[in-house]
Amino acid sequence: MEYQAKELFAKHGVAGALGKTVETPEDARAAAEEIGGVVVVKAQVKAGGRGKAGGVKVAKSPEEAEEAARAILALEIKGLPVNRVLVVPGASIEEEYYFSFLLDRSNRSYLCIASVEGGVEIEEVAKTNPDAVKQIAIDPGTGVDEAKAREIATEAAFPEPVFEQAVTMIQQLWNVFVEEDATLVEVNPLARLTGDKLEALDGKVSLDENAEFRHEDHKAFEIREEADPLEAKAKDKGLNYVKLDGEVGIIGNGAGLVMSTLDVVAYAGEAHGGVKPANFLDIGGGANAQVMADGLDVIIHDAQVKSVFVNVFGGITACDEVANGIKGALEILGDEATKPLVVRLDGNNVEEGRRILNELDHPLVTQVDTMDGAADKAAELAHQA
Amino acid sequence: MSIYLNKDSKIIVQGMTGGMGSKHTTLMLDAGSQIVGGVNARKAGTTVELGGKDLPVFGNVKEAMAETGADVSVVFVPPAFTKDACIEAIDAGIGLLVVITEGVPVQDTAEVWSYLQGKSTRMIGPNCPGIITPEESLAGITPHTIAGKGPVGLVSKSGTLTYQMMFELKDFGFSTAIGIGGDPIVGTTHIDALEAFENDPETKAIVMIGEIGGDAEERAAAYIKDHVTKPVVGYVAGFTAPEGKTMGHAGAIVSGSSGTAQAKKEALEAAGVKVGKTPSETAALMREILQAL
Repeated sequence: MEYQAKELFAKHGVAGALGKTVETPEDARAAAEEIGGVVVVKAQVKAGGRGKAGGVKVAKSPEEAEEAARAILALEIKGLPVNRVLVVPGASIEEEYYFSFLLDRSNRSYLCIASVEGGVEIEEVAKTNPDAVKQIAIDPGTGVDEAKAREIATEAAFPEPVFEQAVTMIQQLWNVFVEEDATLVEVNPLARLTGDKLEALDGKVSLDENAEFRHEDHKAFEIREEADPLEAKAKDKGLNYVKLDGEVGIIGNGAGLVMSTLDVVAYAGEAHGGVKPANFLDIGGGANAQVMADGLDVIIHDAQVKSVFVNVFGGITACDEVANGIKGALEILGDEATKPLVVRLDGNNVEEGRRILNELDHPLVTQVDTMDGAADKAAELAHQA
Repeated sequence: MSIYLNKDSKIIVQGMTGGMGSKHTTLMLDAGSQIVGGVNARKAGTTVELGGKDLPVFGNVKEAMAETGADVSVVFVPPAFTKDACIEAIDAGIGLLVVITEGVPVQDTAEVWSYLQGKSTRMIGPNCPGIITPEESLAGITPHTIAGKGPVGLVSKSGTLTYQMMFELKDFGFSTAIGIGGDPIVGTTHIDALEAFENDPETKAIVMIGEIGGDAEERAAAYIKDHVTKPVVGYVAGFTAPEGKTMGHAGAIVSGSSGTAQAKKEALEAAGVKVGKTPSETAALMREILQAL
């Protein structure tokens, strides 16, 4: 979110007011008093288009700031509740620019995008006047030093009065990008204020989760209260889970196979009252009883779920281990397991795996040999429930 | 024939003495791979017995190559050390570098990719199941028991979908199956593999498996249209994935209107690729093609 991006900007010396992040109208008033003069009250949600949704208001007094905060905190922006607002000093903007560093997947490299034409409406500028949006390739091997920053500032054509400030800020933003392991660092708008002062007025930073091991401090950026409670529970158990809006719970191994399972269930659902997959859950290679139990535990506590589809291809994992995992999970869960389970096992040691489940003869468990057939059965059971 | 890997490939394992490394070195030996040693600076000069074979441990990749004639390295070292392991192997001039490690920071991969430019190494991965030329060699973690040798070339972003597809077409068999990995930046792309399969006389038809995120499939479609004469069947996972949520693979995220499964499917179909709705339908499409050959 914006205020978190600004904290990272401040850490690396990027010019721009940090402001104050508050959660109540009263605190917004206090923040406005402390800052003094005209302030801007801005909704803090992970969504674009906040301005258009009424999530950004100018306030000329602390009273107005309180009113503005009250109105904004009552909003929902793109389905997200606004739980906090950022109060920043009002700035008198002369010009707005756009600047970002990002991962360039297609070229397996980094890219800098800069434009001195229009800040906020950059997508519009890119369409109507593509020449004004400069794209400069950055070699991950050499990065951005002062000379490269100067080259970027020249290419983007930052005006003379703020040129040197731009060169400095480009280097600072590069430091945010590499030192924080970001995949995106965006300043929009980057503004020239009265008195030719260059400031980052709003920003966005996307961090690479794979790099969390070398950024202990990034954990503080997670806002637990806004995560779905089931997703939070899954994360505590170390599960790769995403909550979706549907009735068929999904457990599988391998991200690609699980994604494919969601699709197959959605197709099967078309013939069964339009039921849909309820979640993404990849239990990975080692599907032991505890992981299976943890996964089932999360899914059966999703009130929307009517049936569960366990889809495992035994590659490195053997199917008998998975079958024992399911058996163990049902023992661990006991009476809490109340929803029908459709299990499809294939691959390594499949005969033994199927035998274990046949022997178990659990009233909730149905085995189907093919992925498509099992998806159909799971959708049918969800529809009947 | 096959692509990138065959029975003569001599393989070393970086991280062979770790848990994953030792387990999969044994499985690679079972698959018939010529594993000639491992690398671990702290255990240099020792030997490790895996799969009934004494394997020497070398201090670095350069020394391992000089002693054994290795031309392939498989990397199992933890994410924090993967970049250095890759650079060491590239500096030593390894021909094929297969990076299995999951969870490598993307900036590390970007640096390795930049470093590799103009050098002689082909990298596969990271975060991938590796490559298998059935009945000849395995450099990675794909189970060698799923399918034997045959006319199908397979390239996939996903590990388990690779296994699923090999299983569905096991009666035909595979020339080579390669899992390129689902990270935002990977060393070998769909296009690289398509080009190699097109030039491989043993490969008669190609299955290409993609998933949401990025534009690799769209680019592959454009390449197929202009350069691939062999029949290609495609599958894309993630039609029901919502926008803005990562689906397990770091690269599998739909942002804005780009990278959707539908867009990828349409691009592939426009290039004359038959695209299945499910893995089994995809296998059925390939079956028809193979029976007509």
